[in-house]
Amino acid sequence: MVRIGAFLVGLFFAGWLLISFLVGAVAYVSEPPAKTVEHEFHKHPKDVDFSFDGPFGKFDRPQLQRGFQVFKEVCSACHSLKFVAFRDLAALGYNEAEIKAIAKQWAIKTPDVDPKTGEMSTRDPVPADYFPKPFANNVAAAAANNNAIPPDLSLMTKARHDGSAYVYSLITGYQSQPAELLKHFPDAKTPEGLHYNPYFANLNLAMAPPLTADGQVTYGDGTKATVDQMAKDVAAFLTWTAEPKLENRRRAGLATIVFLLIATALAYMSYQNIWADKKKAA
Amino acid sequence: MSFPWAEHYTPKHPVMQWIDEKLPLPRLVYNAVGAGYPVPRNLNYFWNFGVLAGLALVIQIVTGVIMAMHYGANTLVAFGTVEQTMRDVNAGWLMRYAHANGASFFFIVVYLHIFRGLFYGSYKAPREMVWLLGLVIFLLMMATAFMGYVLPWGQMSYWGAKVITGLFGAIPVVGEPIQTWLLGGFAPGNASLNRFFSLHFLLPFVIAAVVILHIWALHIPGSSNPTGVEVKGPQDTVPFHPYYTAKDGFGAGVFLILFSILLFFAPNYLGHPDNYIEANPLSTPAHIVPEWYFWPFYAILRAFTVDFFFVPAKLLGVLAMFSAILMLFFLPWLDTSPVRSGNYRPTFKKFFWILIIDVLILGYCGGAPAEEPYVMISQIAGAYYFAHFLIILPLISRFERPLPLPGSITESVLNRQNIKGEQDALPGMGADPQPSNAG
Repeated sequence: MVRIGAFLVGLFFAGWLLISFLVGAVAYVSEPPAKTVEHEFHKHPKDVDFSFDGPFGKFDRPQLQRGFQVFKEVCSACHSLKFVAFRDLAALGYNEAEIKAIAKQWAIKTPDVDPKTGEMSTRDPVPADYFPKPFANNVAAAAANNNAIPPDLSLMTKARHDGSAYVYSLITGYQSQPAELLKHFPDAKTPEGLHYNPYFANLNLAMAPPLTADGQVTYGDGTKATVDQMAKDVAAFLTWTAEPKLENRRRAGLATIVFLLIATALAYMSYQNIWADKKKAA
Repeated sequence: MSFPWAEHYTPKHPVMQWIDEKLPLPRLVYNAVGAGYPVPRNLNYFWNFGVLAGLALVIQIVTGVIMAMHYGANTLVAFGTVEQTMRDVNAGWLMRYAHANGASFFFIVVYLHIFRGLFYGSYKAPREMVWLLGLVIFLLMMATAFMGYVLPWGQMSYWGAKVITGLFGAIPVVGEPIQTWLLGGFAPGNASLNRFFSLHFLLPFVIAAVVILHIWALHIPGSSNPTGVEVKGPQDTVPFHPYYTAKDGFGAGVFLILFSILLFFAPNYLGHPDNYIEANPLSTPAHIVPEWYFWPFYAILRAFTVDFFFVPAKLLGVLAMFSAILMLFFLPWLDTSPVRSGNYRPTFKKFFWILIIDVLILGYCGGAPAEEPYVMISQIAGAYYFAHFLIILPLISRFERPLPLPGSITESVLNRQNIKGEQDALPGMGADPQPSNAG
């Protein structure tokens, strides 16, 4: 009984899948799916080297500081960084006084309640505060940005495939639409107010090119602020904001694995030792 | 529940004697995973995965309980509390990554454990109950993993919850009310998140309880072995402790090394980047994919593209996906060959490897976008999956001529240790489907 029932169920599912396959295959052959413009023109992130690449890579502190400067002077005008607090900047090599000063002088103020009147007010951020958001809410953000809401950047490099390279590629990837694209996909002309960027998933991005000229930021450490350098630095900074514990993790991992290798070797030896009589005599 | 020659527990220390008189718990442990449990002496490394699955469950419960201390099951804060765990909780990143990757490793070892069971016919009499309870654990694991993936309240959490609960919506008439009832609303929301958290906390302990039943049921006939020939006497077994505790110790070491490599050096490799974007009901991700361990079943779900008369394709897909797992409950009665081990079943072995490749193909297609040619490939692979278990396997058991089995476990061990290939086994020995002198 079980086997007859199983046979019928199996015949039904397998048979119907094969029929579905034939239907699909006929459709596929007679009317091959049209290639999309994203499929043809979207590019994977560029190959770019970072100090934190590889299993033993570490953050380059001066680079993180430069990247933070780019974030502060360029990105933070529109993008929030809500999971990072000023106190976290200690990991970039800033001391307590510097962090206090950075927080105090931050262009955007922290919303608060006036302790006397209870009215909504703002105050200078302190190190314990998270980076204040540039817009009061999503409606304000959309209104100020051609109806697009600038995403929070805290986790950006983990929220995209190959995120560090993605951020770098996106910032340096703006270009005019290739003639080839317009020839094959005349409908895909970049709409007014958007910007063509082959590294963006749907090719047209609301964000205007943020880094447009060399020297847009003046680095304190004398590094030449080319667009390429600034893009790389801010990508490194955002890798740190997304994974601040990266170095701890790798250090702990190395120690754990060395320990486990020794423990496992000992476990193997005791296994062989215990089984010695059984394997030999039998 | 053991062989007559099993060693007996004799507590030496007066404290242990005192405890054993009042509550024979030490005795229970001794008989379950100590020297009191005789195990076939010829187990290979595939028999390590049961213990490893237990280890994975413990890792999940420990890391999960700690994570729950820092988690807020509310759609307004859930995503943020998970991030806070990663950033501000001492070793919070370790707990979170160990839990997320631990789920993957739990499924890896359980899939290998099932692989072992399928190849060596561990599901056959007298161990049907062990197999059935194992499938119950597998189903509970899938439910737990699914609900756990919703908790961080990222984009894939939200849309995954929407798609999976939407499967119930495919049931005619009562589908939509059931979906609304499951979610506590018309779309995943705060009510869904809260109940998923509650159940995600509860189910692992239910799993632990079924694991106890699984081991209990295993100890009635005793462990199977690679020859599939039942234990005939004391010379065929060794005590679980120290022989297999030592071997499992080594296995656990290898498991932990591989786990650590992923956990410490590529913790997001198996995850989806979209889950680092907070859930947004207004923005649908380009490709909604579940975690990798659901991919083969997801491919079967999506392979049904043509309505069967009045039955919509979506409902067929849902039925097929659930059947793909539920039919395994009938496996002990579908594969009627008295020979257990695939090593002595030449025809079975060929189709078995086709099945493994087939499931890997299904897995690949399930993770790929829902477009051609992946759908067509999943249709062929899905057809084979059902045909294998429901049609091919019963037929093989009927017509296959198995190879001669060794007379006993000891004999097979001796043959392997002496000259290889001189004489593989005694001819003409049938399988021994009777439970040996156990019980």
